[in-house]
Amino acid sequence: MPTTASAAHPLTDVTASDSTLRRFLHGLPGVDAVGLEARAASLGTRSIKTTAKAYAIDLAISMVDLTTLEGADTPGKVRALGAKAVRPDPTDRTTPATAAVCVYPDMVAVAKEAVAGSGVKVASVATAFPAGRAALPVKLADVRDAVAAGADEVDMVIDRGAFLAGHYMKVYDEIVAVREVCGTDARLKVIFETGELSTYDNIRRASWLGMLAGADFIKTSTGKVAVNATPANTLLMLEAVRDFRAQTGVQVGVKPAGGIRTSKDAIKFLVLVNETAGEDWLDNHWFRFGASSLLNDLLMQRQKLATGRYSGPDYVTVD
Amino acid sequence: MSDRLNVLKTYKLYVGGKFPRSESGRVYEVTDAKGKWLANAPQSSRKDARDAVVAARKAFGGWAGATAYNRGQVLYRVAEMLEGRRAQFVHEVADAEGLSKSKAAEQVDAAVDRWVWYAGWTDKIAQVVGGGNPVAGPYFNLSSPEPTGVVAVLAPQESSFLGLVSVLAPVIATGNTAVVVASEKAPLPALSLAEVLATSDVPGGVVNVLSGRTAEIAAPLASHQDVNAIDLAGADEVLAKELEIAAADNLKRVLRPQPVDDWTATPGIDRLTAFLETKTVWHPTGSLGAGGSSY
Repeated sequence: MPTTASAAHPLTDVTASDSTLRRFLHGLPGVDAVGLEARAASLGTRSIKTTAKAYAIDLAISMVDLTTLEGADTPGKVRALGAKAVRPDPTDRTTPATAAVCVYPDMVAVAKEAVAGSGVKVASVATAFPAGRAALPVKLADVRDAVAAGADEVDMVIDRGAFLAGHYMKVYDEIVAVREVCGTDARLKVIFETGELSTYDNIRRASWLGMLAGADFIKTSTGKVAVNATPANTLLMLEAVRDFRAQTGVQVGVKPAGGIRTSKDAIKFLVLVNETAGEDWLDNHWFRFGASSLLNDLLMQRQKLATGRYSGPDYVTVD
Repeated sequence: MSDRLNVLKTYKLYVGGKFPRSESGRVYEVTDAKGKWLANAPQSSRKDARDAVVAARKAFGGWAGATAYNRGQVLYRVAEMLEGRRAQFVHEVADAEGLSKSKAAEQVDAAVDRWVWYAGWTDKIAQVVGGGNPVAGPYFNLSSPEPTGVVAVLAPQESSFLGLVSVLAPVIATGNTAVVVASEKAPLPALSLAEVLATSDVPGGVVNVLSGRTAEIAAPLASHQDVNAIDLAGADEVLAKELEIAAADNLKRVLRPQPVDDWTATPGIDRLTAFLETKTVWHPTGSLGAGGSSY
């Protein structure tokens, strides 16, 4: 008798009921906050220079989910973004393309057309992004729209209200439902909005909850609140995906988003990935940066390495 | 007299309105004209230069967009603050240049007067170098001066304070922002001037002061793609040539070193106009009816 993936899953039992799930999540070891921050800070002091830096910059560019999530997004802006994602630096054709463009569901079709044939993916936020305050049928309709328009990846937000109130099963069921709508066509990124989860323990619980529910990626934040991706919370999530793979054999990606603006920051995150999850994650299939202005800084640094001259914002596109 | 411990001053850089140490952690010894140790000054690296350019670029929009009248007020305020710290500057200039107290005082007074002089020019330069152009069509055609952008200023090596003020004030008077490389062997008056600027309404980043080896800091500034112009006043002949070549890559505006015998002489407006661009706009005057001009 063939065993299905879920049957082989050693953690299947924990999602049997609300109480088993709660017991499991609250049974996860508590996070040593001071140790976590110290570890993240010490890994941030690594000096990455010359050829290693050039490699890291190209890798980081290839991991960018180039994002525009504004009320004022126009088809023209999305097309411009798509063109930039495909060829970030038109003056240097050796520059790699970014991993994806990330837009609202109604812009997916435009984005899809803009990156057609390039290998750049189209990611769409959904489920009443960024607040996630809508009824489940509405959220599912949102996802269905995005997938129907051709989104390769769906970035959903969890219901933080339910999570903080302790209704873990509700959050779990929602993710599972969204996962089903995504089907086999779209990879699912689950956004926890770590800035709203208050504690590191909660971030660890949310990470496991998301992975148990079938997330392909766990993502820190929407970029719409005061605290977004930090080295510490990303490190915590990287530990979670590492441990999850060790227990279940299933690899899950990580996407820090929001607040990463400089090449230096991006390289610090890559060091975290390498030292925590390992080399298997140093690929844009498993690690992404949700960012917009980061790409320009990466391009300017790349130009500096290539020419020896400091570059400036006049030599990259404005958006 | 009580036995007090010496409170020695830690001279620091001035970048983006803050007083950081050099990113490199280096300092170098600054001596007076006779070789006696005065203080340690930060020895900036190319990364300090890069950070200063970022700060200057960030400040440019606000400073260039401020009204000329407002810039004049701010520069006048600098003169007021300098006047209040006159004794300190006389002391520092006397040490730095080996001058007597009275000679140093003349230099400082001339420097204060120079700020006032340039403060007055902020809202007058447009009338002198701009204007209405006669054109063969129903248009007003107006030319007005616009600041060039971020200007790297290599301050004169010999005149550590009056020379510095004479090259810096005209750059910022017209709305440019500046990255100043202080005199290599006498940087202390420049670093103290930064403290005056920080307390006189000049927005952070409009002036950034670096000390260190002029050649080391100037090279990345000259080749920097985001620096729009460079004043080579403090470069010797060999260095000036190298920098001018490096600056050619992004078509930087270059002001070559000008021989100056007497910094106290009235400077004229050459330094004001060196870092200005001319913007010309065509404005329709409306239809010229059968009756002739409508204005």
